[in-house]
Amino acid sequence: MRYLVTLKVTAQPDGPPPADLMEAIMKLGQEATESGALLDTSGLAPSSEGARVEISGGRLIVSDGPFAEAKEMISYALYEVRTKEEAVEWASRFVRLHRDLWPGWEGEADVLRLFGPADFAPPA
Amino acid sequence: MTRADSHRAVEAVWRIESARVIATLARMVGDVGLAEELAQDALVAALEEWPRKGVPDNPGAWLTMTARHRAIDQFRRRDTYQRKLQQIGRDMELRQESAAAELDDALDDHIGDDLLRLIFTACHPELPVEGRLALTLRLLGGLSTAEIARAFLAPEPTVGQRISRAKRTLADKKIPIELPPPAELPARLASVLEVIYLIFNEGYAASSGDDWARPSLCQEAMRLGRVLAGLMPAEPEVHGLLALMEIQASRIPARTAPDGTPILLPDQDRSRWDRLLVRRGLAGLHRAEQLGTLGPYGLQAAIAACHARARTPQATDWARIAALYRLLSHLTPSPVVELNRAVAVGMAHGAERGLEIADALLDSRALRDYAHLPAVRGDLLARLGRADEAAAEFRRAAELTRNARERELFLRRAAGLD
Repeated sequence: MRYLVTLKVTAQPDGPPPADLMEAIMKLGQEATESGALLDTSGLAPSSEGARVEISGGRLIVSDGPFAEAKEMISYALYEVRTKEEAVEWASRFVRLHRDLWPGWEGEADVLRLFGPADFAPPA
Repeated sequence: MTRADSHRAVEAVWRIESARVIATLARMVGDVGLAEELAQDALVAALEEWPRKGVPDNPGAWLTMTARHRAIDQFRRRDTYQRKLQQIGRDMELRQESAAAELDDALDDHIGDDLLRLIFTACHPELPVEGRLALTLRLLGGLSTAEIARAFLAPEPTVGQRISRAKRTLADKKIPIELPPPAELPARLASVLEVIYLIFNEGYAASSGDDWARPSLCQEAMRLGRVLAGLMPAEPEVHGLLALMEIQASRIPARTAPDGTPILLPDQDRSRWDRLLVRRGLAGLHRAEQLGTLGPYGLQAAIAACHARARTPQATDWARIAALYRLLSHLTPSPVVELNRAVAVGMAHGAERGLEIADALLDSRALRDYAHLPAVRGDLLARLGRADEAAAEFRRAAELTRNARERELFLRRAAGLD
């Protein structure tokens, strides 16, 4: 089963993330890769560098970032695991690092299952 | 959290951590069976304690420490016993100290090496193949005996026996838990790769089934392949095998019709192939090619990659596939590889040339009852307009195959030629 874990930040202290945190994130990523669970991951640049394409009232609207939401998405990770709990465990480890190494940081990780072959009946 | 929830949370941690915990313990106690028992004891302790106190921040270390305490208890008991037996207190004290130092040392970051040692031990050539498969899934995959039995469609006691017999063999033959010496590495690595690929194929053969347990063997084999690729990043065949499995697995969504009928490669809806796996497989193959000459797994991955790269069946680079089969035939001569080469040559250079290669296999004892020989010949003969001979070949293939779905397929082809 594949899970997409998105990390969103709601509050963080000014300044760049501590070096310790970045190092711990690297280490955890390596661990998850070596245990065969992590297929892909990347940090995301601020939405001020992105854009949004939406349909509203039948019109297609393109607007540049930043997006107005309070929560900014800052990274994603794609896991291949056997159970949802395994994905939750990896996500927990990831957010725990933020709690322990960047006091004042608050945020959330969503653990979302990707549809796989079993979810679709093959075409008749 | 309900009790069932927390139980599942502990299990998730176990699946993530068990191989490393067992690997560390195996190094400490020098016995795979004992290491696994100690780790299991730690799991039982976790199932009691974590639902009450919460999952510790570093659950892997908790499991290892708990198991380690039990190991020390065992050592002490054994030492006490020996002291009574031999009446040499001083010797015991020394040994206990060195055992403690050894245990501390074991908790340092030798985890990668420990895991690798455990993999090589579980896949030791002294063990029968079923023993290697079951032990690998148990020790490295963290699967229970019941799960392994379900995956292999075998009774649970049978699998339990395979595992305990394999552990006993390792102990009886005093097989050390160590990395193979350089001279033995190629053969020992081949045994590891064989075990992983057998696990994969066991799942792949059943990936149309309703039971998740068997197809999930493909996932487990790929996971083991990824673990091994992380531990032995310089071995081209490790990347080759992983690439082969990923590219083959990418076709799982496309290879069966709703009624269970297999869909052959040329007829598959390629938009249903798993693109993430294709991409990973092609990248892994590239890495294998950069690391050295491709071995048997790398070559098979390269062949699978030719199909993966083709957007339509017509775009398949059959000449390259034929050349790769020729290389594979040199490396691992086998009539089945030759038969595959006949197909590729038939596509690349005409049915006549393919038929020559297939005809040369008619005397092969190994292929005497192999349904695919007449099936391939039937296909080539049909393309040459020799419809009667082709129909006869398909009927022969239908007689030989033990797979009902395949039989239907062959009979349909025969009927279409009459």
